[in-house]
Amino acid sequence: MFLRTALLVLRKDAAIEAKSWEVLTTTVFFAVSAVLVFSFAFVKEGEPLEDAAAGILWIAVAFSGTLALGRTFERERYAETLRALLLAPAPRPALYVGKLLGILLVLGIAELLLTPLVALLFHAALFARPALMAALLVTGTAGFACVGTLFAAMLVRARSRDVLLPILLYPITIPVIIAGVRGTSALLASPPDEATAVMWIGILTAFDVVFVTLSLWAFEPLMTD
Amino acid sequence: MKRLFAPLLVTVAVLFVAAPYFIAEAPYESTMGLVQKIFYFHVPSWMAMYTAIAVCALGSAVFLFKNNKTADAYAVAGAEVAVLFGLMGLVSGPLWGRKAWGVWWQWDVRLTTALLMELIFVACLLVRKYGGPGSEKLAAATALFGGATAPFVYKSVDIWRTVHPKTSVVPELLKGSMPGSGLPFALSAIGFVLLATLLMMVRVNLAKRQMALDELYLDYEE
Amino acid sequence: MMTRILLLVGSLLLAAPAVALQPPSAQSEFVPAAPGASTEQLPAAPLVVAAYAFVWVAAMGYVWTIGRRLTKVEDDLRALERKAGKASR
Repeated sequence: MFLRTALLVLRKDAAIEAKSWEVLTTTVFFAVSAVLVFSFAFVKEGEPLEDAAAGILWIAVAFSGTLALGRTFERERYAETLRALLLAPAPRPALYVGKLLGILLVLGIAELLLTPLVALLFHAALFARPALMAALLVTGTAGFACVGTLFAAMLVRARSRDVLLPILLYPITIPVIIAGVRGTSALLASPPDEATAVMWIGILTAFDVVFVTLSLWAFEPLMTD
Repeated sequence: MKRLFAPLLVTVAVLFVAAPYFIAEAPYESTMGLVQKIFYFHVPSWMAMYTAIAVCALGSAVFLFKNNKTADAYAVAGAEVAVLFGLMGLVSGPLWGRKAWGVWWQWDVRLTTALLMELIFVACLLVRKYGGPGSEKLAAATALFGGATAPFVYKSVDIWRTVHPKTSVVPELLKGSMPGSGLPFALSAIGFVLLATLLMMVRVNLAKRQMALDELYLDYEE
Repeated sequence: MMTRILLLVGSLLLAAPAVALQPPSAQSEFVPAAPGASTEQLPAAPLVVAAYAFVWVAAMGYVWTIGRRLTKVEDDLRALERKAGKASR
């Protein structure tokens, strides 16, 4: 029942998205333009700053993720479908997981396009250890997304929600971003420092466990009004 | 609780007036000299902040899951006092670090995560102020996450090698690693934690009066 | 009060890079004091006094803001009680 509900929510969002591709294209293009801005800013004598690649990748993920979260839930607010969802006889945490999977999908596609772009623009060997890189991206994005989904959902009915989401989200998810950046930097070293990267993946997994638990726990009372 | 207010106030006043004397009498630390004496307000500030965070996190949890209005009063009191004492820690730390490390700030684990923890509780207060109706619940959820980061911030300096001293400094001090400094530290610590408790009591009182006012408005409008 | 706190935090964050003598060193080893920094000439007394003074100012400032808000709430309560008393007659 739980998984079915979550997948139903995901299918609903995917169906709506497939009509216009609005959230996906805008998120991807915003991420790309952010990376381009960084590549102009962090260029020295025509050469990109090599160490900047790790940070820029994760900053682009964080910024575009915040936007994607805002847009996804704005859609719910606009059509007042959130109330309809909450009225449905479905377990609330399943709704949360369904929304989370949607955001993960959007961010995953964005990252698939971002990572080669950053690797290209910053001459960064991001694909030296593709499995570890993928693990870093998955755990880091999951940590960011699960806190983000919770806060974006609870801010739907709040005033100043656009500016409050980053204010609330960033202090909590910056450790996740830092861990992602450190892990990516370890992989960009020559030769790639696998042990450090694995350690950071472990820390990210710990973050994910704590954040998912807290979010699932808090989603129910937050959505009741 | 109200009965404790006056004796607490007296105790805190006495402690804060006596503190400079004891701190001045404390021995100089070998490598850092006079500036190490900031330790006597720096560490107690953070201890007070942790007390406030505990109150805030507990209050937020009770408010979220039991819908208890009084718990929300404790949550907001804890958040405000946590921001206050965190600010004291964030100011006294760099003042010490400027002399001891040569730089005002370092992006090591302890300092970064402590700053983030402070920002989380500032965000709590911002949400309450600008989030419109129903923002107490959002602030409560944020406070829960802030409370979850607190043990991580504490342990971070033991896990990673940073420029910041480890957590073992305080227990060793109390056991006598620097003779003559145990007493001023204990007094400062008790003073700061009691001050935090006092300020929270006062703030909870303010919150309760505001709730009474709101209820009266509602009754009056009917 | 919110603005004040934000301004304090903001100015603290802005002051740090502006006054730092040199960029922070890598965290791969213990760095007690950055070499070349004028730690010997820098007098410690003003720093200690500043730290202590800040603690006092912050605590007293907070008490003052609570007092201000409390008097306002009490005034509003009294005014409302008077109005409610009049209306019920």
